[in-house]
Amino acid sequence: MLSAIWEAEGLQTVGIVVLVCASIKLLHILGLISFSEDSVEDELELSAVRHRPEGLEQLEAQTRFSRKELQILYRGFKTECPSGIVNEDTFKDIYSQFFPQGDASTYAHFLFNAFDTDHNGSVSFEDFVMGLSILLRGTVQEKLNWAFNLYDINKDGYITKEEMLDIMKAIYDMMGKCTYPVLKEETPRQHVEVFFQKMDKNKDGVVTIDEFIDCCQNDENIMRSMHLFENVL
Amino acid sequence: MAAGVAAWLPFARAAAIGWMPVANLPMPVAPAEKNKRQDELIILNVSGRRFQTWRNTLDRYPDTLLGSSEKEFFYNEETKEYFFDRDPDVFRSVLNFYRTGKLHYPRYACISSYEEELAFFGIIPEIIGDCCYEEYKDRKRENAERLMDDQEDNKDAKLPNMTIRETMWRAFENPHTSTMALVFYYVTGFFIAISVITNVVETVPCGSAPNQKEVPCGERYTVAFFCMDTACVMIFTVEYLMRLFAAPSRYRFMRSVMSIIDVVAILPYYIGLVMTDNEDVSGAFVTLRVFRVFRIFKFSRHSQGLRILGYTLKSCASELGFLLFSLTMAIIIFATVMFYAEKGSSSSKFTSIPASFWYTIVTMTTLGYGDMVPKTIAGKIFGSICSLSGVLVIALPVPVIVSNFSRIYHQNQRADKRRAQKVQKARLAKIRISKTGNSTPFLRSKRNGLFNEALELTSSTEEEQRLSKSTSLLESQHHHLLHCLEKTTNHKFVDEQYYQQSYLEAGLQNYPSRSPSLSSQDGVTGTCCTRRSKKHHTPLPNASAPAHIQPLTHTHTHQRGLQELSTIHIQPLSTRMGCKTFQEELQTTACEPTEMGFDTPLQSEHARGRGSTLELPEQPDHHSNHQHSHTPGDDS
Repeated sequence: MLSAIWEAEGLQTVGIVVLVCASIKLLHILGLISFSEDSVEDELELSAVRHRPEGLEQLEAQTRFSRKELQILYRGFKTECPSGIVNEDTFKDIYSQFFPQGDASTYAHFLFNAFDTDHNGSVSFEDFVMGLSILLRGTVQEKLNWAFNLYDINKDGYITKEEMLDIMKAIYDMMGKCTYPVLKEETPRQHVEVFFQKMDKNKDGVVTIDEFIDCCQNDENIMRSMHLFENVL
Repeated sequence: MAAGVAAWLPFARAAAIGWMPVANLPMPVAPAEKNKRQDELIILNVSGRRFQTWRNTLDRYPDTLLGSSEKEFFYNEETKEYFFDRDPDVFRSVLNFYRTGKLHYPRYACISSYEEELAFFGIIPEIIGDCCYEEYKDRKRENAERLMDDQEDNKDAKLPNMTIRETMWRAFENPHTSTMALVFYYVTGFFIAISVITNVVETVPCGSAPNQKEVPCGERYTVAFFCMDTACVMIFTVEYLMRLFAAPSRYRFMRSVMSIIDVVAILPYYIGLVMTDNEDVSGAFVTLRVFRVFRIFKFSRHSQGLRILGYTLKSCASELGFLLFSLTMAIIIFATVMFYAEKGSSSSKFTSIPASFWYTIVTMTTLGYGDMVPKTIAGKIFGSICSLSGVLVIALPVPVIVSNFSRIYHQNQRADKRRAQKVQKARLAKIRISKTGNSTPFLRSKRNGLFNEALELTSSTEEEQRLSKSTSLLESQHHHLLHCLEKTTNHKFVDEQYYQQSYLEAGLQNYPSRSPSLSSQDGVTGTCCTRRSKKHHTPLPNASAPAHIQPLTHTHTHQRGLQELSTIHIQPLSTRMGCKTFQEELQTTACEPTEMGFDTPLQSEHARGRGSTLELPEQPDHHSNHQHSHTPGDDS
């Protein structure tokens, strides 16, 4: 009997508590009361970063492109990136469109770091044309320098086997799955071995910039291919 | 390749310098840009309104009118502009497509005129961007149905040479076609009404004999009602049999909802006839009479609105289901709470949780009969919460159903959800096909032998000219880029089918009874070597090495894959120089069984072509077969 009474009273209490909580919540939702002093404000959304490049004359002086070429480049750049800068994701998207069969995102990541010389996470038009100027109009020395910079992921002046392996895997990823002969797991590794055998003269396990440039200049194929894209623009 | 990124192709090619130090093979020669034009503005005069754009912008889509040389037909020599006698307003969105890469559908434009313009300029409507695609499809469907309705009205003229059966079916479906049909329609309607009224009046208490209690009319005038019932059922039976006879597909007719309703409506009568006044089954017999009320559903043949209502309910099944589910949840919760709240009070009607269900339902739907009322304070609190939440839960899904009904009623569409799904699938398939065109042009141009080493050595200009004739400069540059990548990594791009092929055949040799299917395999490159090493092989002469990669000529007939891909042949290396690089490849890869790998596709393909048995001694025949089929494609 007692327990029945307690049950009823207990439920009564519960009911009243529920009612009170619900009304407080309702008032809170309606905005009439607030619980804490530092209420959550809507975070101001950072407006999209806009970037305007330096003047045409300045860029002309800094790079080896003519005015017309810079105009054409900028038009293409601006169409794809209206905000004036490329961030890594857009970069990866654009680059992946050229390699529909494979996954170009890893290599695009390394490329992005190579173009982003001031390492601020975005590639502006200036970075873009500077990089292109080296690649298309630079001397062989400069091109090789650029390539070394690309391979040297942590920018410490040495290419280690691990770094090279990462780069190699990224390149092979771009091929995708449907290749002939079928890509095997150890193909990138073997390629890296071949590369190191060729480049690492003193066999200390790393390739320095001098070894690299030296070796490339002695290799006919590489020299010839450096001049391949000269008439691109 | 998308529009905007065409502008980034120089960048991608420049970045390819990053592969050069890594590559072991010499790179192919770059496509020469013979007459490198300075980018110029061209003027497009569309019915007097002048649009100007860069020539490069239009060149982004070479398979459209403006992007190809087809526009030269419209060139006006005197004014040095391209004149098109088309609608300038729609042309705006066509030109914007070239500029931004996205095709938008302007709302003000009529759907047929828009489609005509797109067809004129060679753009497929499926690439309309997602933002405008829904609208486009809706308008198109509306238009199509409107046209269909118009056509149907014209079709009412009687077609000659229709059999009796077809005439009857047409009469049943469209009562307006002939007078007989109209008469039949009204007669059946009348009898349905009579039957329903009879059923209702049967139960009304008629006047009674003085010292007896009131009896329903049905029991008083049994004979009259029985005759009425018989007449109606006879009419319905005749009608059903006639429909069954006239139906073009009897099986489908018997499965349709209307015919089931017909059957259910007349069956109780016959069952009643068959069963005599057996005391045991009379209870069941009475229950069967309930089904006579289904005759009222026969009216839905006569009323369009009723059919639409039924269809609406069917199409809102998910909302109704949600409503039901949430109601059930709420009912159970509140019933439990009320039961425990009222347990303490004496003489409470809430004897069990299921008994509380009734209270909860009545309260949530705001009926409030008052036969069960909570007495404790807690019970009253929870009861009020229950009624408040009931209003909300029921009020929410109802507007959805209402709007659905209104939409369907106004547009009068049948099965539009099903059709939209099919259309969406077709659209995605079309876009996918045009997108896979990204990889296939490269492979196709490989077949044409434009990128073999002979070109590099001889660098004959005629071939280069042929090159620029068949592919646009942009494409050839893109292909050159991909070719450089191939050289860097020492592997070739192949299409999906061939890859599956070479992988499956490696497996086919182990399991000759298994029939290959395209979708089953995923590349597991690690096991390729080990599997192939088990094979026997006979050393192949060098000259036949190029010949082995022709399995598609034989096996494409076996595949059910995309027609376009199946016609692509891989032509990797057709010259002696090609063979030499083959050897280089063999040397650079350390994996021994790779050599064997070249044999197995040949053997297993051979096995495939002849069934599932391996017949090695017949290889020379097979070679000649290959050579035969090889020569048409082998053109360098």
